[in-house]
Amino acid sequence: MDRQTILDTKELEINMGPQHPSTHGVLRVRLKLDGERVVDAESIIGYLHRGVEKIAENRNYIKCVPYFDRTDYIAAVSNVYGYVLGVEKMLGIEVPERARRIRIMMTEFNRIASHLLWLATHAIDIGAMTVFLYCFREREEVLKLFEAIFGARLTTHAFRLGGLWLDMPPGFDAACRKFIDEFPARVDEYEQLLTRNRIWLERTQGVGVISAEEAIDWGLSGPPLRGSGVDHDIRKLRPYGGYEQFQFDVPMGKNGDTYDRYLIRLEEMRQSRRIIAQILDDLPDGPVRGRAPKIPKPPVGEYYSAIESPRGELGYYIVSDGSPQPFRLRIRPPTFISLQALRRLVRGHLVADVVAIIGTLDIVLGEIDR
Amino acid sequence: MSTLIVLAKVFFIFNVVMGFVYLLTWLERKQSAVMQDRIGANRASILGVRALGLFHPIADALKMLTKEDFIPNRGNRLVHTLAPIIALFFALVSFAVIPFGGVYELGGHTVSLQILDLNIGLLYVLAAMSMGIYGFVLAGWSSANNYALLGGLRASSQMIAYEITLGATLIGLLMVFGTLHLQEMVLQQGELLLGWIPRWGIILQPLGFILFTTAALAETKRVPFDIPEGESEIIGYFVEYSGMKFGMFYTTDFVETVLAASLVTTLFLGGWQVPWLASGGFEFPWGAAWPLSQAVVLLLQVGAFLFKVSVLCFIFMLIRWTLPRFRWDQLLRLGWTMVLPLSILNILVTGVVLLWLETSW
Repeated sequence: MDRQTILDTKELEINMGPQHPSTHGVLRVRLKLDGERVVDAESIIGYLHRGVEKIAENRNYIKCVPYFDRTDYIAAVSNVYGYVLGVEKMLGIEVPERARRIRIMMTEFNRIASHLLWLATHAIDIGAMTVFLYCFREREEVLKLFEAIFGARLTTHAFRLGGLWLDMPPGFDAACRKFIDEFPARVDEYEQLLTRNRIWLERTQGVGVISAEEAIDWGLSGPPLRGSGVDHDIRKLRPYGGYEQFQFDVPMGKNGDTYDRYLIRLEEMRQSRRIIAQILDDLPDGPVRGRAPKIPKPPVGEYYSAIESPRGELGYYIVSDGSPQPFRLRIRPPTFISLQALRRLVRGHLVADVVAIIGTLDIVLGEIDR
Repeated sequence: MSTLIVLAKVFFIFNVVMGFVYLLTWLERKQSAVMQDRIGANRASILGVRALGLFHPIADALKMLTKEDFIPNRGNRLVHTLAPIIALFFALVSFAVIPFGGVYELGGHTVSLQILDLNIGLLYVLAAMSMGIYGFVLAGWSSANNYALLGGLRASSQMIAYEITLGATLIGLLMVFGTLHLQEMVLQQGELLLGWIPRWGIILQPLGFILFTTAALAETKRVPFDIPEGESEIIGYFVEYSGMKFGMFYTTDFVETVLAASLVTTLFLGGWQVPWLASGGFEFPWGAAWPLSQAVVLLLQVGAFLFKVSVLCFIFMLIRWTLPRFRWDQLLRLGWTMVLPLSILNILVTGVVLLWLETSW
């Protein structure tokens, strides 16, 4: 069109983020809008880049550990767990049974805490304020447990090579039991507010639909993959750290929309609780720390260790040249890979759906930018 | 003397409304705190007295008055300043025709507790409410910010959709009462049906009541209808406002809540009417009577009005803290395809029933 008329419209370009209440950190999305409809979206990342992978090349294997608290800070315990398991595999370190079980228990607590934070922020993005505070109430209890056993709430530095730093403090067992006894009723409470709420259904059903093929092509993992009906959970497929001893179900969705992923995460919290209950009922006595070298020098080679973090497959690919420092350490962050789906998912939707879709992918910028 | 009476009434209404706003900001925080297992505002104190956080609105106002008044460089200074004034002004003037009490003989004067004795009162309220939207649209436009612009556009489309419904639901009521005069409407609601049911709007027009309350809630731009604000999506039309200008939008929000509650009360819940209370005291349908002096009746009736408004405000806030937010298109679809056709159906049914009553009796 050459001639300008009075009714010409043009695309509106807005920057969502890096300072925006619902981009979950410092994600910046450049949205091209036709009215309220999204024509195109480009995610711009890197605002939280700290070069964790490069830093790791200059630290020995033990000193690396606390850095992985800070990649995915919402699931710090899982992140350290993945790394520690990888290095233990490289060195062939034996971990006492008690420590193995406590590790799984705390990782599952972390899954609960992470999903609670996800539900809280997802709900507030869609406007349900009360769910937000209910979730934070329970997350607070989990963080108190972390503080009791690890001495920190968020960046916990949970595990050491060969086991744990310290055993459970006195009274910890009872505190855990109290939490898991109360927790199912709390999840029911969130469900009461959301699951059959007309507005919630309208906002989540049919929004951000991922088909199973697309999910596999993109390399998604965790709830976004299972929401599309693909049975993939590393805890079941390639059990690590002793997960094969416990009974739990892997919930799966049918439609691959935001609502299915919501149901999956709620069910995962219940399943995590089930694992914790099994561990608490059958926790052997004994040491919590096996023998591990002071300065580990893993044999030359390439290693890959993957765990099912709350967000999906979290992998550590470590190359050793026989020296005390990793030659190369590469993290496979689950949400870095989920985020690439954003552009396809938001196209054609409305601005209000963009925040719902960002929420449902459960991104953490700490791990995307690393 | 009559000017004095009018001034006294304006003074009274203004203070009641602002008092409500004051209490509502406090109530909003405390009620949500109770609902969400929190303690809520309790820190602001005067000389060590905390009074359950009742001083927080004062602290809020002081904070907003002392904050920098920021106007974006590329924004339109005049319109940017005018917008919150327009919004607040039209929200406040709507109260002029709301009757907060009946007609009384005071010191030889006949006083109707309503600032403006206007025979087209209802149209006046609707007009004032429509004008108020300009405040939000202009705020969005003058901020030179795309988020604010989207907020303003959302506000205008939402208002158009629900303004029509608001009018359409009232037509049924007009057909029943046959007047636009709000005081007369309330007086008619004092009559009894079948000798014992108060002839309130909610009983004559139950569907109208539900539709009107929905539309009025949408007018107040509160959750689940808060898409012009949508703080997790577009932050809102007031994203570029700070200081007391933001405070005025915030106040408007609460004034509109009170206004919506007052309108629902006046039109559907009998306004200041207390069931079976006539000007001379209670006259119960089973024959008993309890004569009361005029002062007591006046107090009871004004109290009843304030009570009904408070209960409605409370319910509006309950809704706000329970529901998620609609999406823009869903809200408009609800307005145009559900609420509006139902309100037209309501008119039809009312007409048929009225015709039937007229011909059979």
